[in-house]
Amino acid sequence: MSAGSRATYDVVRVRKDFPILSRRLAGGDQLVYLDSANTSQKPQSVIDAVSEHYQVHNANVARAMHQLGTESSQAFEEARDKVAAFIGAPSRDEVVFTRNATEALNLVANVLGLAQGDLGVRAGDQVVITAMEHHSNIVPWQLLCQRTGATLRWFDFDDDGRLDLSQLDELVTERTKVVSLTWISNMLGTVNPVSQIARRAHEVGALVVVDASQAVPQMPVDVATLGADFVAFTGHKMVGPTGIGVLWGRRELLAQLPPFLGGGEMIETVTLERSTYAPPPARFEAGTPPIAQAVGLGAAIDYLSELGMAAVAAHEREVTAYALARMREVSGLRVLGPTEAVDRGGAVSFELAGIHPHDVAQVLDSRGVAVRAGHHCAKPAHTRLGVQSSTRASFYLYTQPEEVDALIDGLDYTKRYFGGS
Amino acid sequence: MSLDMLYQEIILDHYKNPHHRGLREPYDAQVHHVNPACGDEITLRVHLDRDTVADVSYDAIGCSISQASVSVLGDLVIGKDLDEAMALQEEFLTLMQGHGKVQPDEDRLEDAVAFAGVARFPGRIKCALLGWMAWKDATVQAVARRAATASAAMEEES
Ligand SMILES: Cc1ncc(COP(=O)(O)O)c(C=O)c1O
Repeated sequence: MSAGSRATYDVVRVRKDFPILSRRLAGGDQLVYLDSANTSQKPQSVIDAVSEHYQVHNANVARAMHQLGTESSQAFEEARDKVAAFIGAPSRDEVVFTRNATEALNLVANVLGLAQGDLGVRAGDQVVITAMEHHSNIVPWQLLCQRTGATLRWFDFDDDGRLDLSQLDELVTERTKVVSLTWISNMLGTVNPVSQIARRAHEVGALVVVDASQAVPQMPVDVATLGADFVAFTGHKMVGPTGIGVLWGRRELLAQLPPFLGGGEMIETVTLERSTYAPPPARFEAGTPPIAQAVGLGAAIDYLSELGMAAVAAHEREVTAYALARMREVSGLRVLGPTEAVDRGGAVSFELAGIHPHDVAQVLDSRGVAVRAGHHCAKPAHTRLGVQSSTRASFYLYTQPEEVDALIDGLDYTKRYFGGS
Repeated sequence: MSLDMLYQEIILDHYKNPHHRGLREPYDAQVHHVNPACGDEITLRVHLDRDTVADVSYDAIGCSISQASVSVLGDLVIGKDLDEAMALQEEFLTLMQGHGKVQPDEDRLEDAVAFAGVARFPGRIKCALLGWMAWKDATVQAVARRAATASAAMEEES
């Protein structure tokens, strides 16, 4: 990341692309949107792409033989090309569209349970996750283990939110079949050393699944060099629409895996007795896919590529560093996760002494500052840190320092409101 | 919407000085309820003395609204006739689900009328109801258990 291109990152201009950021809330408050780890806002170009698809091209894909069908199919497949290029996938056939990251992770967990031969997870095998996973990367593996008799194990993390890698050789062993971990924690903000863990996993013959839901939106990603076998992410957190997610998988693995859902589009031929299945990615895309959403995701990728993911990552780091510095000034505030902007994403969860996160979020909301309160679908991570819930502010490519200031002012006000110091 | 509409003085008072807190003996039923959206939790016990709510005790973690609400609940139902307490629970439920359009009866709901404003904050209704739903669940269990014991006793006699 050169200083030159950082200087050209113009957040004020970027903000103009997002119509929602200029809306007023009840009472005339300016929106301060600090909940992008939950879902990001959408630029006009994405909104237009979805709307134009419905206005001009709408038809089902693959099965419509008319002009609209051709246009729609082309637009859908073009989106797949864009995703493949954006994440450095060696082949477009490695990109499977799903509804969201959750479905992508469930897809992998299910087909690994169903697979015959070497890839299948069976009784006696072990699946390793981490204590900082989103529920979407915990529950599918619990279900898999319950169904197959495999055992679930996990990496712990320290008080600073870093994975305990001293456990690496003891946790990831010859018995390990799958290691599934988040690249960036949506609660702690930690960026995990995926490649290092993947190396060990591959040494012992385990597959590596990466939940990149928070990573793909924030930084340059190259799946070809990451070391993962499967990568899941979700469109709505990367300025794209809801209802579309991606599972990337290594081609030779996808080719060996059985279908997840059965239905239209995923077959080669069907008789009433049995069917044969299409090759990937179609094998894993039963039924009418999220077409307009894929088109919107394509537009989102165009938007991100134009900004440059290196510039997006640099901006994210800067805003996060500023926020962490300002949070240090707030007495009674404890950051849950890394307190320095090193190997850290743009989600900062914290506690405010004596005030419940719900109440913090409510008071902030009354001033137009939107944050998340609760367990952020990462209950085990909260339990590990001995807290029941937290407040989370998360930043993105349109966040400006003034919004961090509004957060800090809001926190001071919250403390006064509840009669604190 | 103004914050003070939500955080009425009465609510903040109950939050800072909750009544009836802590788990007590004796009790006829105990339940554990959570709000899956935010993780707030309550363990609540009900003790019945014939048809009177003799005690409600609890241990809870949660926001000001959920904590104040269970404190108010205790004030309202302890010592009341069972049917009357159930009716009050219904009334509170109606108030919370009334989108801010239900006029609460202050003579009956007492401090609980302070929660009228909560009904306008859809995200907080579950917080206000956590303790009340737990209480209803525990009470129904306590009544059922008593009925079962009574019929067992009758069978023994016959
Ligand atoms: C790390 C992580 N994994 C998975 C998910 C699930 O994403 P989705 O709900 O779009 O499936 C999220 C977002 O909530 C997340 O932050």
